[in-house]
Amino acid sequence: MLNNSNQNLVEVRDLKMHFPITTGWMFKKTSGYVKAVDGISFQIARGEILGLVGESGCGKTTTGRVLLQLEQPTSGHIFFEGEDITGMKEKPLRALRKKMQMIFQDPYGSLNPRMTAGEIIGEPLQIHGMIDSKSEYKEKVKDLMVTVGLSPAMMERYPHEFSGGQRQRIGVARALSVRPALIVCDEPVSALDVSIQAQIINLLEDLQEKFNIAYLFIAHDLAVVKHISNRIAVMYMGEIVEIATRADLYRNPLHPYTRSLLSAIPVPDPEIEAQREHMILEGEVPSPFNPPSGCKFHPRCPIADSPHCREEKPVLVEMEGGNHWVACHLD
Amino acid sequence: MEPLLEVKNLSTHFFTDDGLIKAVDRISYDIYEGETVGLVGESGCGKSVSALSLLRLVPNPPGKIVDGEIFFEGRDLIKLTEDEMCQVRGNKMAMIFQEPMNTLNPVRTIGWQISEPMEIHRGMSREEGLKKSVQLLTDVKIPEPAARVNAYPHLFSGGMRQRAVIAMGLGCNPRLIIADEPTTALDVTTQAQLLELMKNLTRDYKTALLIITHNLGIVARYADRINVMYAGRIIEKGTAKDIFKNTRHPYTERLMASVPRLDYDTKKKLVPIEGQPPDFLNIPSGCSFHPRCVYAFDRCRVETPELITIFEKHEAACWRNVK
Repeated sequence: MLNNSNQNLVEVRDLKMHFPITTGWMFKKTSGYVKAVDGISFQIARGEILGLVGESGCGKTTTGRVLLQLEQPTSGHIFFEGEDITGMKEKPLRALRKKMQMIFQDPYGSLNPRMTAGEIIGEPLQIHGMIDSKSEYKEKVKDLMVTVGLSPAMMERYPHEFSGGQRQRIGVARALSVRPALIVCDEPVSALDVSIQAQIINLLEDLQEKFNIAYLFIAHDLAVVKHISNRIAVMYMGEIVEIATRADLYRNPLHPYTRSLLSAIPVPDPEIEAQREHMILEGEVPSPFNPPSGCKFHPRCPIADSPHCREEKPVLVEMEGGNHWVACHLD
Repeated sequence: MEPLLEVKNLSTHFFTDDGLIKAVDRISYDIYEGETVGLVGESGCGKSVSALSLLRLVPNPPGKIVDGEIFFEGRDLIKLTEDEMCQVRGNKMAMIFQEPMNTLNPVRTIGWQISEPMEIHRGMSREEGLKKSVQLLTDVKIPEPAARVNAYPHLFSGGMRQRAVIAMGLGCNPRLIIADEPTTALDVTTQAQLLELMKNLTRDYKTALLIITHNLGIVARYADRINVMYAGRIIEKGTAKDIFKNTRHPYTERLMASVPRLDYDTKKKLVPIEGQPPDFLNIPSGCSFHPRCVYAFDRCRVETPELITIFEKHEAACWRNVK
C-alpha cells in the first residue's frame, strides 16, 4: 500500500518527533530526548473529522503542528493527497498550505491586534494570489464573514473590539478563506464560555458539511470530541493507545486509559452520575524525560499486573469487527 | 436545623471609572453543615465575587459589599471587625482558588505554607505544624509526604500544587471550604482525582463545601444543592435533582442544552444560547436574560422577576412561572 489511493486525504506513518534536551550554556550538549510523538500512524479520509484526545503534554498539539509541517519530524512520513510532504521544500510547501489550515485555541493571541478583521480574514487570499481585484477581495471577505456568522459591517474593526466567540469566528473565517481540504483545530473551544462553545461547535459542524472539509480536532474534553468526531484517537505519552469510531469508543472502550478518561468526565445528570461507575486514575502522567518501560501506562493502570506490561511495549492491534485498534496486552 | 452559612440579600458593587458594576446583586442562599452546594454560572456572572464577599476579600476600592448579611455560625460576618474576620479566614472558613500556582508562595516550602495557618489559629509550634503537614499531605495523597514537606512549589506539578492547597485549607479543620473553580486549570483525569478527594475529605472531616464552577457535570456529580447565577443574580436554586430534572429557568435549561454530553449516543445538534453574555455596565432592563431568551414576552423586558418558590426549596426567577 505504498502508493496511497485518493480516499485518504492524510496518511501519517510511524511519525516521530523527538525534542533534544540540551544542557550547558555555551557548549550545548544533548543529554536526552523528549519523545513528544513516538511512532504514531493514522489516516484521515476526505471530509472526515478525526478527534485527538489526551491529557496535556501527551503530544496532541505537536502532532497537529508536525502534520502541517510547522515542525520537521524526527522520522516518519506524512502523505497529503497521496504525496509525501515530509521534508518538502519551502516553495511547494507554501502552495500546499492552501489546502491545510489551522484554528488555534487562544482567540486573543492568534489574531494580530494591528490588523482589522477584514485584513486578517483576507490575508491568506492575498498570500496565495487567489484574488485579482480589490472589489473581488472585499466581496470574498464579506462572504466569509457571513458564512461564519459575523456581520460584514464589522470588517473595519480591530480584534479587541470583538468578544472571544466572535474572535474565534474570525479565526475560522481566516482558515476557511482558502477553501482548505483539511483544518487542524487545536482546542478551538476550550477558551470559550459554555454557552459560546456550542455556537462555535455548531459552526464547525455546519462548515464541515457544507464544504466537506476534514478536521483533525484536538481537544482534552472527551465530551466535545465525541460530539463532533467521526473517529477518535486517544493519545498517551506520545503514542496512540486506542483508535475507533465514536460510537465504538464510547460503547466499548477497550484500553484502560480510555475507560478512565471517559469515566473522568461527569455527565450533567445527577441520576446517571449516581449510577455511573467512577474509575479514578491514580497518580500523574510520568515524566516524559524518563518514560516507564514496557507499556507507558502500566504504572497508573488499574488492571496491569503481568510482567508483560512492564517489559514489553504493546502495539496497536485491530479488534474483531474492524476499525477499532487498541494497544494493550490485556483483553 | 440552623444553616451553617446564611447569605441574605448580599450585594457587592464595584465603583469603576466606567460606571457602577453590580457584580453581586441581592443574592440569598444557605449551606447546611456537611453539605456540598454548587454555584454555577459562566465567567463574569459574579460567582467568584460572591465567594470573595463571604471572606470579605473583595478589593476595596473599587469593590464594596453595599448591602446584605452573611450569617456564619450565628454571627453576621459583615459586622465583624477586621481582626475578628482574620479569626474566621483560614480557620473556620477556607478558600481554594483556581490557580494553584498563584495561591502558593514560591519562596516558602510547602510545609511552611501548610503549617502557617495552624500556627496562627491553633497556636502550634513550627515543629508541630510541620508534623501535622506531613499528615495532611498524606491525606491528600501526595507521595512521599515526609520529603515533599520541605519542597518548594515549583517542584510540584499542577495537580500536586492543588493537592497542597487543599491540605492547607484543611489544616485548621474548617466548617466550610469554598472552592472557586478548583479544577478548571487541570487535566480531566486530575480533575476527577481531586474532586473525588475533596468529596471524601469533606465527608471525613464533616466540612461543608461550596463548589463554584461553570461545569454542569461537576455539580451534577458532587453537589447536593445548586444555585445558578446569571448577571450577578441567582436565577434558580434547588436540589441537584430539581435543577436538572425539573428545570424552571430558561437560562438553566439552555445552558444544559448547550453542552455536549458523553451519554448522548446519536449525533444531536447542540442548541447554543444565542447572543453574548451580559455586559455589567449595560445590564438589560427587566429580566437580564431576556435578550437571549427564546420565551421572552413583554413583561420580561420591563419588570425584573424575583425568585419564586416552585415547590418546597426549588425557586426560579422567571415570569413564565407566574401565570
